[in-house]
Amino acid sequence: MAEILEAGRWVRVHRVELAAGKRAPGIPPDTAGVPFETWINGYLIEPAQLGKDGVVRTASGRLVEGHIVEVDPGYTHSFGPPPQSLREAGRRASERVR
Amino acid sequence: MSTGYEQVLGRRDEIMRRSLGIDYERFRVGVLAWDYEALMRSVGRTADDVERIQRERGVGRTPMREATNLTALVRSVAPAGHGARIFVKDEAANPSGSFKDRRASLSVHEAAERGYRGVIAATSGNYGAAVASQAARAGLACIVVQEARDSRGAIQPEIVEKARACEEYGAEVVQCSVGPELFYLALLLLEETGYFNASLYTPFSVAGIETLGREIVNDVRRLTNRDPDVVVVTHAGGGNVTGTARGLRAAGAEATEIVGVSVDLRGLHMASDRDFNRKSFTTGHSGFSLPFTTRPDRSDVPFNAARSLRHLDRMLLVTQGEVFFATEVLARIEGIQRGPAGNTSLAAALVLARDLPVDATIVVQETEYTGAGKHAWAQLQFAAANGVEVRNGRREENRPGEVIAIPLDVDGLGVDELDLGAVRESYLAHALGGLDASRLDEIDVGFLADETRLTVDDVRSRLERTRLAGAGSSQA
Repeated sequence: MAEILEAGRWVRVHRVELAAGKRAPGIPPDTAGVPFETWINGYLIEPAQLGKDGVVRTASGRLVEGHIVEVDPGYTHSFGPPPQSLREAGRRASERVR
Repeated sequence: MSTGYEQVLGRRDEIMRRSLGIDYERFRVGVLAWDYEALMRSVGRTADDVERIQRERGVGRTPMREATNLTALVRSVAPAGHGARIFVKDEAANPSGSFKDRRASLSVHEAAERGYRGVIAATSGNYGAAVASQAARAGLACIVVQEARDSRGAIQPEIVEKARACEEYGAEVVQCSVGPELFYLALLLLEETGYFNASLYTPFSVAGIETLGREIVNDVRRLTNRDPDVVVVTHAGGGNVTGTARGLRAAGAEATEIVGVSVDLRGLHMASDRDFNRKSFTTGHSGFSLPFTTRPDRSDVPFNAARSLRHLDRMLLVTQGEVFFATEVLARIEGIQRGPAGNTSLAAALVLARDLPVDATIVVQETEYTGAGKHAWAQLQFAAANGVEVRNGRREENRPGEVIAIPLDVDGLGVDELDLGAVRESYLAHALGGLDASRLDEIDVGFLADETRLTVDDVRSRLERTRLAGAGSSQA
């Protein structure tokens, strides 16, 4: 059985706001064929389990119910390697003004 | 109350009235016409008031840097006697790192003064961080609704960074999957919370940018004793062009040429789940600038205060590869890391400066902060991971969603000039919709002339042609 997450844990919940077929008119077929979904972070207001539904209090104070998809959602975005195609352009510019 | 799409959209007018406190209908003066200047005056603050509000919040008075090395780079390939002086207004120095603080500052101030407990903005761009930052300072709750993920869950690194920034400022971030329902969700949230609608397209938002135009004139006069010859503006929804131009003109820079520049993403569908992560720019691109210039009122407010066609002297497109090039050289030879999206107008400036005399001045009117995710390397790595070929090449080799070709040298940069005449025609066609032109009053024709910068006679003759064409087709 999955770990019980205590009330107060920071989690991400997922919701389906509009099912495929119930979306805005006139959108392209690839978009119309999938649901309109949201992901919202918040603090659990009562114990819950990862992979199950739960209710969070968001940063703005709203109560939002959704499927718990992540515990302690955070950020790992980065810079990545310097693309050679870009660096070479920079090198040439630098030589031009030297 | 129902949360179905059609039902929520049906409540739109009422939600807008409550969340903006503006009765837009009172500005209507004709069949099509409404009083634009009266809408702007409804902000109820002088230019000095706006500047004071912004100064109290650390917004504005950003450095104007002369980019002498960029100028030298351009002169290395310009004809003799050519290569204008390039100036960069370093808007990254604003509290949340972009000119969007100017837009957010007045909206959040307005919300606080009128007793709203929070603000909501629907944006994946810098504006979300700006609203969150201003709300944090004002002690208001904030919700930022982002179009963020495709149906596989993939998310652009620069959108991740903006979510992080908003969250750090204490905002709730609602990340959505791809689609225009972002605005449906914003309406639902406005209804649920009773918060202020910090739309990008209110008169507060546009009035907040006018200070930027005034500062540019004052900065350039101080540095060169003249008005700027050209101001290049990254052009998306039209607010940046409109506010900057209004500020330039208010400060007396009557002859300064105003050039809107967007990243060319033509061919990618902005509401397509598949195309969403095949573009490397989430703003400043043709997917916003083309529709918003010809149909400004397709925005999330009844009458959009951002009306770029009233001000644009030229409308240009640059490729994604050229904007990455501009980002690289800004760091490499000027020593400032900014962008990438905010460097769209810089890419065009490197081209326009080439054909201007050495004593001319060209102002790139914004920069934006850079950081993890919101960065050329991260964006290019993400593009490659999503099937986009990233390599060196000529500008013609760029194909949105398929190839990002980065020019190797500054003489490989260019611009695509859009025909403003055709843009005006398209604006008029949209403005009329199915309406019979003979129903329009004098005041409507005058309004359309102001909107398009055509003469009243010109608008009349174009409307007449439309009417005849309409009559012709109904007889056929």
